[in-house]
Amino acid sequence: MSHENAVEVDHLTKKFGSFTAVDQVNFIIPKGEIFGLLGPNGAGKTTTIRMLCGILLPTAGEARILGFDVAHRPEEVKKRIGYMSQKFALYNDLTVFENLDFYAHLYGVSREKCRTRLEGLIEMAGLRGHEKERAANLSGAWRQRLALACAIVHEPPMLFLDEPTAGVDPVSRREFWEMIYSLAGQGVSVLATTHYMDEAEFCNVIGMMHDARLIALNDPDSLKSDLRGILLEVDCESPGQAEAIATLLPGVIDVALHGVLLHVTVENETIQQTLEDALASAGITVGQVETVLPSLEDVFVSLVAAESRSRLRQEIA
Amino acid sequence: MNRLWTITRKEFIHIIRDPRTLILVIILPVMMLALLGSAFANEIEHLPMAVADQSKTDASRRFVDRFSASGFFDVTYGVQSEGEIQQLMDQGLVKSGLLIPEEFGRNLSTGNPSAAQFYVDGADPLVAQTAQLAIETISQATSQEILVQQLSSGPFPMELRLPIDSHVRFLYNPNLRRMNFLIPGLIALILQVQALLLTAFAIVREREQGTLEQLIVTPLRPWELMLGKILPFILVAMVNIAMTVAVGHLWFGVEVAGSVTLLFVLSLVFLSSALGLGVLISTISRNQMQAMYMSTFIILPAVMLSGLIFPRENMPRLVYWAGYLMPVTHFLEVIRGIILKGVGINYLWQNVWPLVIFGVVVFLASVLLFHKRL
Repeated sequence: MSHENAVEVDHLTKKFGSFTAVDQVNFIIPKGEIFGLLGPNGAGKTTTIRMLCGILLPTAGEARILGFDVAHRPEEVKKRIGYMSQKFALYNDLTVFENLDFYAHLYGVSREKCRTRLEGLIEMAGLRGHEKERAANLSGAWRQRLALACAIVHEPPMLFLDEPTAGVDPVSRREFWEMIYSLAGQGVSVLATTHYMDEAEFCNVIGMMHDARLIALNDPDSLKSDLRGILLEVDCESPGQAEAIATLLPGVIDVALHGVLLHVTVENETIQQTLEDALASAGITVGQVETVLPSLEDVFVSLVAAESRSRLRQEIA
Repeated sequence: MNRLWTITRKEFIHIIRDPRTLILVIILPVMMLALLGSAFANEIEHLPMAVADQSKTDASRRFVDRFSASGFFDVTYGVQSEGEIQQLMDQGLVKSGLLIPEEFGRNLSTGNPSAAQFYVDGADPLVAQTAQLAIETISQATSQEILVQQLSSGPFPMELRLPIDSHVRFLYNPNLRRMNFLIPGLIALILQVQALLLTAFAIVREREQGTLEQLIVTPLRPWELMLGKILPFILVAMVNIAMTVAVGHLWFGVEVAGSVTLLFVLSLVFLSSALGLGVLISTISRNQMQAMYMSTFIILPAVMLSGLIFPRENMPRLVYWAGYLMPVTHFLEVIRGIILKGVGINYLWQNVWPLVIFGVVVFLASVLLFHKRL
């Protein structure tokens, strides 16, 4: 196995009793890359990340983190990774500085280095002047940045972030991703899970998870260009009814509601006229119809639809 | 070592940042001792007694005087009949009664046997037994005296001596003060409950808060976590010992007959094992509810089977031996030995080594059962 990869995951599987949480997942994260694990809640993202951190034992398959098999040498892995769990597990009654100091000591950051390292982290996380504030009194975004600082206190070459931006405002989310970018620039490899599709745009590579399986793996642009057909954004009356009609038309691959707009994936340009005619004859006034670039959300929705169609076919066969 | 100290320091901060809990943890054991100690403080004496003296003679009055002079009984009501005695007892105004029949004085002076009827409220067996014993002892002593008097003043006077003159000397606790027995037991009980509860939530709380997940991705070793959780509470529990022993002395007048230093050292041994048991509970519990239940069901037998309340000598053999599996059973011997008897380590060693072994086993079990996984 090559050591150019920070993470190598091979048929990783986790079962809880009869329930399969992660089903034969494969992917590789090259060093210094940001890998986004995307998918709805319950898709198996957290279970995957916990297995990679050595805190859940895989049922089958294997994972190597920085060259160490995580099932057999979890302690070697733990020394070298940073992990930020979903809950921002900070001690509420400890101050900002005490939380950082605590993790610095647990990771064995040397005494000489500790002072400058903690100062640097406080600076990076924008917590200057709040060192003596108790973690309980911090707002969501600040807690998030403190949790990140705690996770990287020992300068790990690999960073796992589980839903790092959950419950944080959009501006702070952007700032947070800028921090992640700058870490990646310093050579840190990152695996982050998220269910915010827009966030996935920040990643070099995206793995899309659905129902315990990895259903797509590529960079964001390739994922979008691989989407079959053309995406039309339709502005019309009663989009719910329009959706039902569009779904039944030949040449329509996929239909999804996008707020008040309708996203219709069609096989070619000619279908646009067919669609407009069908809606008009049903008495639905059609406004603007535009060809738009697909978002990752469109990609995800269409992949999930394709996935469930193929599963259905398998079951029937 | 560095990581152990880091955990210990963090736990200290948790304790200090929560002053309300800290005050409870320090004050409640002392209050508990004061409360429970006071509740059982009264020795069984000065039982109110109703007397119906139908004889009304010199002899009958002397007989009654013996009861009030003993200190066990206070003659609070003088009545006429058995019915009145019963009435007073029904109302709970007296715990005992004495009916002296009319012929009592006459029979005595003619040398015939005379009877006296006693009544005892049997509702509380402990009170009843004590009263019965006191009544029998006083009556017998009086009978002996009268007998000796009659024989020596009869037509053939003779020098009389009782064939057996028994003397009982109480070693330890010469005044048979119940407090001297009770207070060390209560201190042991309070320390047991305290130690178990202090650490029973130590790990499971972090599990529920989600901070445990963060801890187990660090290079922290299980033994460092366990010991780091115990150490700060040893200090807290030592404060508890000092304060309860002080209250026992200053309030209840129970002095430590033996070495106070030895008491502290051996309490430390007991506390380490009790705190370790709490950590073990915390390790195997998945949530705080489970930890609480397990603690309760460990505390109950500890109270009942350790000899704290009921003497172990009367228990079935199996239960008796099972009692030895609990550290508090051994600690009771230790604390009563030092406070009551003033014995040294030579006599206590047989109770100390089980405490040490228990502590080591419990600690190893916690370390082995704690997996650095979820």
